[in-house]
Amino acid sequence: MKLKRLAISEEGFVFDPETGNSYTVNETGLLILKKLREGLSLEEIAEIMNEEYGISREEALRDIQDFLEAMARFGLWEEKYG
Amino acid sequence: MKRPYQKPTILKLQVGFLREKKSSLSRMVRQEIDGVPVAELAEKFGSPLFVFSEKRLREQFRYLKRLFEGHYPRVEFSWSYKTNYLDAICRIFHQEGATAEVVSNFEYEKARRLGVPGDQIVFNGPYKPKEILRQAVLEGARINVDSLDEILDLEEIARETGEKLRIGLRVNMDTGIYPRWDRFGFNLESGEVLNVARRIAAGGRLEVVGLHCHQGTFILEPEAYGRAAEKLVDLSQKLENDFGWTIEYLDLGGGFPSRNRLKGLYLPPEVAVPPLSEYAEKIARALLTRLPAGDYPLLILETGRALVDEAGFLITTVRALKRLPDGRRAYILDAGVNLLFTAFWYHFRVEVEREIPGPPEPCVLYGPLCMNIDVVEESALLPPLARGTRLVLSPVGAYNVTQWMQFITYRPRVVLVTENGNAEVIREAETLEDIVRREKIPEHLK
Repeated sequence: MKLKRLAISEEGFVFDPETGNSYTVNETGLLILKKLREGLSLEEIAEIMNEEYGISREEALRDIQDFLEAMARFGLWEEKYG
Repeated sequence: MKRPYQKPTILKLQVGFLREKKSSLSRMVRQEIDGVPVAELAEKFGSPLFVFSEKRLREQFRYLKRLFEGHYPRVEFSWSYKTNYLDAICRIFHQEGATAEVVSNFEYEKARRLGVPGDQIVFNGPYKPKEILRQAVLEGARINVDSLDEILDLEEIARETGEKLRIGLRVNMDTGIYPRWDRFGFNLESGEVLNVARRIAAGGRLEVVGLHCHQGTFILEPEAYGRAAEKLVDLSQKLENDFGWTIEYLDLGGGFPSRNRLKGLYLPPEVAVPPLSEYAEKIARALLTRLPAGDYPLLILETGRALVDEAGFLITTVRALKRLPDGRRAYILDAGVNLLFTAFWYHFRVEVEREIPGPPEPCVLYGPLCMNIDVVEESALLPPLARGTRLVLSPVGAYNVTQWMQFITYRPRVVLVTENGNAEVIREAETLEDIVRREKIPEHLK
């Protein structure tokens, strides 16, 4: 899985050793990346976002999918999840 | 208490662009103007501050003069006063050999006050009040006529003086550019110019000795000047044959661009703006191929912007920071559209006085006016700036110190960095007294 190869810093700096490209993610983006690497499902991550930020699970799930689409455009996300 | 939520984002970093020392970003730093540190200028003369470089003014004039003289034997540069009529700036160009191109009574009087003789003045403009027109006639100025009513005024002055007056005709025509400036002078294609010429010849009091055209401003098509030159030559030959006049000068007006970034142009000015040598070549080719050998009328050019724009800088200071609802950063500067009239048409180069760490991000630069239109730059790419950081905007030498407004706040000092590196004030900052001096309070309001 591509995600495992990424170097992700605590400040949200993301390095892809395969292409040499770097990215920055904000706090929410960082949370999603970390939880995906831990193997959580999208629903489980949405649940955490609901607890952390008080947004609905539906909104969280939609934002996660948006985020994954952006990741896919950068070639950082290939697998269909969940 | 839940933490505030931000939608997840991921941004790709342009690593090479950000980190490379010699990248375009390090060129966004300007520490000095002709050797004088920006910080020193601002501390000594205040911020905001217009700064002109004498060296650049003279070099650009000499370059343009030699460039055109290298292509055509008889060239006169007539300094376009409206572009920048600060005394010191005009003096520099007059010292270099430029005559004065004026378009109003105020500009005519300013040129005369500066010691420019009447016969070294080209008088254009759609409204020349009768008094100043009479003075210009008596002092031998080159008068380029804009309307039939002006011809009537001149005929009347000729009756008074009892002499035949020598005039130029302003001509507008199709040179293939859009928008067409067809409000100045008489139209060529419709036959209006020839009708007017017949009318002038019948009157017997005036004689046409020059032709003038002004196609527009910031013209990016050198060929348009070639076409204008061709048409003027053809017209001059027709007038000489039909009426027995001798056309002594062809004035191609101004409109030559500077390396400024016109809004709506995607490419940077280094790519989008043709070199001035192309304009010289197109004009000279049109003239030299059509004129009989040895019979070369004087070519007059009224270059304003191309001479002065790139010699002018504005130092301004970040006075406040903001974050807009859409997430963009915004900075409040102490200079706005009150000083930078040309911000409505151009994206200035924005440089920071020193290297500032941090990734550049899009931001908006606002002026100090309490007006929504006061935007100096809608989208600059700058590292996070601290309050008090100075920015240098350029090129701002053309039109800003003439079209600036006394609105809401005072107008600042203008300094000239001389050729030997001294900074001298060429216009003092406005004070309250300057502004209220002309006001009067009626008795019952006192």
